[in-house]
Amino acid sequence: MPTFHLPSVLSAHIGGTRAVETSGATVEQAIDRLVDQYPQLAPRLRDASGAPYPFVTFYLNDEDVRLVGGFGVAVSDDDEVTIVPAVAGG
Amino acid sequence: MSTTLDSIDETTSTTALPELTRAEVERYSRHLLLPEVGMDGQRKLKAARVLLVGAGGLGSPAALYLAAAGVGTLGIVDFDTVDVTNLHRQLLHGTSDIGRSKLDSAIDRLREVNPHVKVEPHEVRLTSANALDLIGAYDLVVDGTDNFQTRYLVNDACVLTGRANVYGSIFRFDGQVSVFCTPDGPCYRCVYREPPPAGMVPSCAEGGVLGILPGLVGTLQATEAIKLILGIGEPLIGRFTLIDALSARWRSVNIRRDPTCPACGTRELQSLIDYDAFCGIPTTPAVETSVLEITPTELAERLRRGDDFDLIDVREPHELAIASIPGARLVPLAAFAAEIPSLDQGRDIVVLCRSGARSATAVRQLQAAGFTQAYNVVGGILRWSDDVDPTVVKY
Repeated sequence: MPTFHLPSVLSAHIGGTRAVETSGATVEQAIDRLVDQYPQLAPRLRDASGAPYPFVTFYLNDEDVRLVGGFGVAVSDDDEVTIVPAVAGG
Repeated sequence: MSTTLDSIDETTSTTALPELTRAEVERYSRHLLLPEVGMDGQRKLKAARVLLVGAGGLGSPAALYLAAAGVGTLGIVDFDTVDVTNLHRQLLHGTSDIGRSKLDSAIDRLREVNPHVKVEPHEVRLTSANALDLIGAYDLVVDGTDNFQTRYLVNDACVLTGRANVYGSIFRFDGQVSVFCTPDGPCYRCVYREPPPAGMVPSCAEGGVLGILPGLVGTLQATEAIKLILGIGEPLIGRFTLIDALSARWRSVNIRRDPTCPACGTRELQSLIDYDAFCGIPTTPAVETSVLEITPTELAERLRRGDDFDLIDVREPHELAIASIPGARLVPLAAFAAEIPSLDQGRDIVVLCRSGARSATAVRQLQAAGFTQAYNVVGGILRWSDDVDPTVVKY
């Protein structure tokens, strides 16, 4: 199953969990499963229409999902999806 | 592949690189032994001018290491004063500096680290009016700011002036590092075209940060700055390093210049903009739904009288161990909406948090649900400590 890696800014909303195994044939389906499991993440990952936010990036393994086909790109069981929202602390 | 920046090349291609004094040769001996640095490299460092935006968590380690390494001129932009809450991570400043200007503190500390380095203090807020002149006067920028407005301002000013932006950012246990705004690489806007809505992402002051984390990230920024000046190694251009201090998991993902980026792609952004407006920061007082308020003194009086009301603390469970007000029950803000149906509309509901901000949000939720007797404890526990019980610690 593909694994999501979540940073602190997101994991704080799901009890500190930083890695979540999920299912789905595409990144979009995997996000669907992730928010099924953690509905509180839904508004923090994509907008109400399901489109990506300009301030949250998804990396499929090492590649920006936007550059390899968007949310519709296929994922396999051993893929890792790293979610990287913009943070500004310094 | 090594990359040297145009702005550095302009300096280093001349034969006018400054000579090292005997004292400097001794001081930088361990650098000079590295063939990648050597005498010429150390002279490049001495000639270099680096601007640090922010003398806080990231700026502290960056400034200390860049000074120790012999970067000849360090500009520092900051207008803040040293606060006791800075000291768990901002190693430029010490306990005796509390209340001093961060720039004064930084100058003293850096002089002690390396008296051969010239520190140029800029005690101003970086704005659209001064950013091009300030950044244009240096070879590269180390971005150690703490808000989105200044992040986008620094980025755009670096694109417009052709200066590299050695970027670092932190939150809680996570860090991000990259080198933006080089001739061929992406800029910050290529990764994050727009900022999140104001208030969506908490600041470190609200969400906390592991004190060591800016040490890791700021030191990486200093490393990248040194590599760019020397033109050695593989700078972090086109890569975004993500640091998870909790799992000790470091990952560098690939990023690319976006040809549609208005800053470095299409170049339609030809001047600096209003970054407060861009980031949704109101320039006039927020027009938000007003909430009924109660002062901590009034709350203490109601508690003393034994009035019947529901006192709810919307902070996180771990904050209770730091400070608390007797009689308050905990319902963290994230769970507050789910709690509302169980609350009694016929009773007064008094809501508190650390500063009064989260509790105001909770009271607005109550108002939206039809509650007319919901009150926000203005100033929260911080003001309770000031006005009612100084034994309650402020944090």
